Amino acid sequence: MSYEFLLASAIGVLVAGGIFLALRARTFQVVLGLTLFSYAVNLFLFASGRLVMGRPPIWDKAVSEYADPLPQALVLTAIVITFGMTAFVVILALRSFLETGSDHVDGDTVSCDAQDGLANTCDDDGEEENP
Amino acid sequence: MTLATHLPILPVVIPALAAPIILLVMRRRPKLGVAVAFASCLALLGCALTLMGWVSDGTVIAYALGDWPAPFGIVLVADRLAAMMLVLTAILALIALLHAVLTRADRKGWHFHALFQFQLMGLNGAFLTGDLFNLFVFFEVLLIASYGLMLHGQGPARLKAGVQYVVVNLVGSSLFLVALGILYSLTGTLNMADMGVRVAAIAPADQGLLRIAALLLVSVFALKAAVAPLHLWLARTYAVSTPAVAALFAIMTKVGVYSLIRVVPQVFGEDAGAAAWVPAPYLLPAAMVSAIIGFAGVFVARSLSEQAAYAVIGSTGTLLIAVAGWSAGSLGAGLYYLVHSTLAAAALFMVADVTARRRGAFGDNAVAGPAFAGRSGVALLFMAAAIATTGLPPLSGFIGKLLILNSVVALPNWGWAWGVILGTTFIGVVGFARTGSAVFWKSAACDIPAGPGTRADIAAPAIALGLLVALSAGAGWASAYADAAAAQVLDPAQSARAVLVEAAR
Repeated sequence: MSYEFLLASAIGVLVAGGIFLALRARTFQVVLGLTLFSYAVNLFLFASGRLVMGRPPIWDKAVSEYADPLPQALVLTAIVITFGMTAFVVILALRSFLETGSDHVDGDTVSCDAQDGLANTCDDDGEEENP
Repeated sequence: MTLATHLPILPVVIPALAAPIILLVMRRRPKLGVAVAFASCLALLGCALTLMGWVSDGTVIAYALGDWPAPFGIVLVADRLAAMMLVLTAILALIALLHAVLTRADRKGWHFHALFQFQLMGLNGAFLTGDLFNLFVFFEVLLIASYGLMLHGQGPARLKAGVQYVVVNLVGSSLFLVALGILYSLTGTLNMADMGVRVAAIAPADQGLLRIAALLLVSVFALKAAVAPLHLWLARTYAVSTPAVAALFAIMTKVGVYSLIRVVPQVFGEDAGAAAWVPAPYLLPAAMVSAIIGFAGVFVARSLSEQAAYAVIGSTGTLLIAVAGWSAGSLGAGLYYLVHSTLAAAALFMVADVTARRRGAFGDNAVAGPAFAGRSGVALLFMAAAIATTGLPPLSGFIGKLLILNSVVALPNWGWAWGVILGTTFIGVVGFARTGSAVFWKSAACDIPAGPGTRADIAAPAIALGLLVALSAGAGWASAYADAAAAQVLDPAQSARAVLVEAAR
């Protein structure tokens, strides 16, 4: 029972953090949020085959209880796809920042102070991302 | 097992092979690459038409990949609806490709043709697959290719819209996976036909979970179809895309509509307990709102391409008003309108491009510009495309809307549907008249811009409009086919039999 609770709360925390970050205005935070969200989705898919511990994933006449191998294959596919997508969106966000001079998702240039009152961190970000 | 039995897989394999070949030859011999791209599209059209001929008598072809029997392996399912969508995709791809080559839009980056083929692979796969997870994979294939195509030609406006488009679709993909996870854990299968059978046996305690999964899945499809309130990503993305690409994207929202039509009757039909016809209470209001928003956008748009993008939203709304009835009559009318609205939207995007190329710095903005060479011809094209989009006679939009109006009379809320369809048609007519008179009628006194040097770029939109004429001339045959396809979709037992019983033999 505690194993189920651990997994469920991990998925819940990841989704909450992912959604919070995905709703931010800066592309970098949005990308991080999407990454967290996709981790949660992968865990969720994995759990959709039920949590079975210490059982083989292969069907055999001698084995009465086994772990469902299909969700593991699905998770593998989902991981590969989200990895590619994340790489693409990171490059796209960087390219967009370099060409438009703004890392806001709506493309507008808003002053850092007005955005979230973190003037110093914004300046640091700008220097790091500017090659 | 003869070679002909492998026909259903060819619409996926041909572009998958053509794309890497194009990638290899494009740098040294660009003409050969373009020839391969055209050959692939023509081959796709041939395959799609052959497949349509096979299934037009009502057979459902199930193709088991790797010969693994149905509920365990992945199946491709070709029926009337899938064949119709394949033919539509192939025709639209040929037109969009022709326009890209004639306007030299494909020369702005190296990988236009390769991405175009991958996009076709994703589209064809999504139309053919009979497996929900496979549907997700083909969605991703077509989305990844569409990201590249949408950014083709670069520029700050495209990058800005591109970030939003990619982020929205990544969220959509994640929700799709969550819905798939719940459905798999409830039914233990991902095969659509098998899931439709097993969904009836779900325990009462799990009905709430089933309903959540169904609603999540339907919202993902609604996001792809750009139904209000999930339409916000579309207008900006389509308006800034390369016009030939936007013409191809006219079918992307229809993928969402197709998935709704395919999955809801098959999986969430009568027997699905708490999830029976799960989108029914929400789909009609959402469709009406998106029709209103779309044509209101047509009314206020500042440029022809923006207007075309809003017309896509509006026509999807109109189409879903018909789909929301979930009866054979209204669905058949909707399918006829689906074919029409895809071609009409593509024609509108290409006409906007033809106009923009002749007006120099004025682009396709809806302001009075200089008189340009061949203005009356382009104006005529625009008028025809506008007539088609709004649904005035004599083009097929009129017949499509008439069929929809006629079929929804049997439904309880038909008064609302009639009011919205007729009202939005009026708003659309006024909107197109406004931009048309600004662009083609008035002229500001300034230098006449240098034309594009060729008049060949009129060819692709003219072909698209010619097809609309053919669609209205052959409306009897086309609507009979659409009705038969709708009846087949609404009878999931038939395809379940084909997939689960005959394929296993």
